Amino acid sequence: MDVHEYQAKELLASFGVAVPKGAVAFSPDQAVYAATELGGSFWAVKAQIHAGARGKAGGIKLCRTYNEVRDAARELLGKRLVTIQTGPDGKPVQRVYVETADPFERELYLGYVLDRKAERVRVIASQRGGMDIEEIAAKEPEALIQIVVEPAVGLQQFQAREIAFQLGLNIKQVSAAVKTIMNAYRAFRDCDGTMLEINPLVVTKDDRVLALDAKMSFDDNAMFRRRNIADMHDPSQSDPREAQAAEHNLNYIGLDGEIGCIVNGAGLAMATMDMIKHAGGEPANFLDVGGGASPERVATAFRLVLSDRNVKAILVNIFAGINRCDWIAEGVVKAAREVKIDVPLVVRLAGTNVEAGKKILSESGLDLITADTLTEAAQKAVQACQGAKAAH
Amino acid sequence: MSILIDEKTPILVQGITGDKGTFHAREMIEYGSNVVGGVTPGKGGKTHVGVPVFNTVKEAVRETGATTTITFVAPPFAADAIMEAADAGVRLICSITDGIPAQDMMRVKRYLMRYPKDRRSMVVGPNCAGIISPGKSMLGIMPGHIYLQGNVGIISRSGTLGYEAASQMKAEGIGVSTSVGIGGDPINGSSFLDHLALFEQDPDTHAVLMIGEIGGPQEAEASAWIKENMTKPVIGFVAGLTAPKGRRMGHAGAIISATGDSAAEKAEIMRSYGLTVAPDPGSFGATVAEVMRKRAA
Repeated sequence: MDVHEYQAKELLASFGVAVPKGAVAFSPDQAVYAATELGGSFWAVKAQIHAGARGKAGGIKLCRTYNEVRDAARELLGKRLVTIQTGPDGKPVQRVYVETADPFERELYLGYVLDRKAERVRVIASQRGGMDIEEIAAKEPEALIQIVVEPAVGLQQFQAREIAFQLGLNIKQVSAAVKTIMNAYRAFRDCDGTMLEINPLVVTKDDRVLALDAKMSFDDNAMFRRRNIADMHDPSQSDPREAQAAEHNLNYIGLDGEIGCIVNGAGLAMATMDMIKHAGGEPANFLDVGGGASPERVATAFRLVLSDRNVKAILVNIFAGINRCDWIAEGVVKAAREVKIDVPLVVRLAGTNVEAGKKILSESGLDLITADTLTEAAQKAVQACQGAKAAH
Repeated sequence: MSILIDEKTPILVQGITGDKGTFHAREMIEYGSNVVGGVTPGKGGKTHVGVPVFNTVKEAVRETGATTTITFVAPPFAADAIMEAADAGVRLICSITDGIPAQDMMRVKRYLMRYPKDRRSMVVGPNCAGIISPGKSMLGIMPGHIYLQGNVGIISRSGTLGYEAASQMKAEGIGVSTSVGIGGDPINGSSFLDHLALFEQDPDTHAVLMIGEIGGPQEAEASAWIKENMTKPVIGFVAGLTAPKGRRMGHAGAIISATGDSAAEKAEIMRSYGLTVAPDPGSFGATVAEVMRKRAA
């Protein structure tokens, strides 16, 4: 799960990480009020979306008067901001963050990530702040400072000091940076973070160290014990169909193709998409109905897939283990009665109680195409899709 | 022979009195697995699905001599259940649970390191379908009837894709020595590499099918190991050719976040280390059959 910059900063601040003063605003008036409350005469108005590279896309405006703050907020709020990380549709800007824009001397990079290879938390830092970390890693890997955290004892002071000295800081700045590095680690660990990126981490003239930007992602599996984080979820930042799917505990990801997929199991769902591609078609979505798929869940899955108007055919591929084919078949029949399915439907059932499942389908009188193997199912779905397109 | 489990392996079921534990304990017993007891704190002293229930894993191990456990324990308590089993000296711990926080698994892996290698438990999963040695023992939630007994080992991150492969092989008349689901999470108890090493040692395994997914370094590491150490042919596949970058495809571990994470890159790495890569997920059976024919020739 991702959160907005202002939420990540509030969280970091609660763990003792120094951040610039700021306030969130949902309207231009609120933005001006925030600027007056913050004081000073130089502010940044920042679009809050779940994506980076906002600066280059015009999502961050520097303002010297209240009128400029108002204009900036007016321009940003309500629009869809497109950055290189959002995809062509962009993300809706529903809130801006107004922040005092302090001048700074240096820009550094500080990141924390769950390293799958080491199976530990890795801390990454660099003097090349403000740059994309992938870019630094590709161009100057020697500019990356890296520390791996021993999970039994957590990040140690000496490790934070090593990073701070390698960042080329003076002794006063080192002590501020060590605090930041340790406190940000605690925030990452105690909130079940999977990624935390402070880019840039800036050093001011008076030797303060501030998190000027912050991006944070959390482990979905840990949200049961992090209610405060789960509450920060902003559904406006995800695809509406994905948000709807999540409400029903279905895993749905929309893609650009024309063949809707309903599959059990994430691996088989990916393989089904691959097989469609191999047969010359394009999948419209990833959808895992999971184990124990009740008729209601299957019906919801059909509704979701059909809400994508690009869908010209549907492929249901179930390999029943915990699921039973007869339950799935009942679900398909029920869904077909409740939801108007106006595209060709290809069904492939395998595994537990497959004969009973096939019998239910054949006796239902439904107009559907059946297949026995994955290959056959994908080929029939691609043919049906081409047929449906030709008919229009 | 087979790896990890056979008809004699004495098995405990942690969380045996829950719905899932009850259902799958019955299925395993029916398949012929040697289930000797269960553990549910607070239900010790009872008998459930025909086997004794204990309050702690230590007690269960002492009374039954179990060497292996399968855990049906909800995500908040799953890491604790694995560590309890490790501390009780259980050799093989299979965790079915989907949804364990990654930091919990990090702690589990660290905890296992406190035991010397000869006493360290092997953890399979979490978020997996389990292990089956067809015709002998089932330690998992798979439909047992789709597996033919035979000489090909399977290692798969995905449960259902592993089923797909086994049934395609059955259609070709090819059987399985042992099938291991290592799970779809970012941090697994054991990796492709751990099980490849066991299959290499198993005289009844003649070839191995390794089914990976997008995300993570495991497939590449295993492929490099295969080139150096494996005498038996290995067939590879990586699901997720059509997966977009940066999106989590169902499994917590299935996300393309770094170079080398994509299906195409991983398949290329496999090929470069001499694996035979199945061209599509409809060709597991045919590809394995072809490799077995070549091996026989």
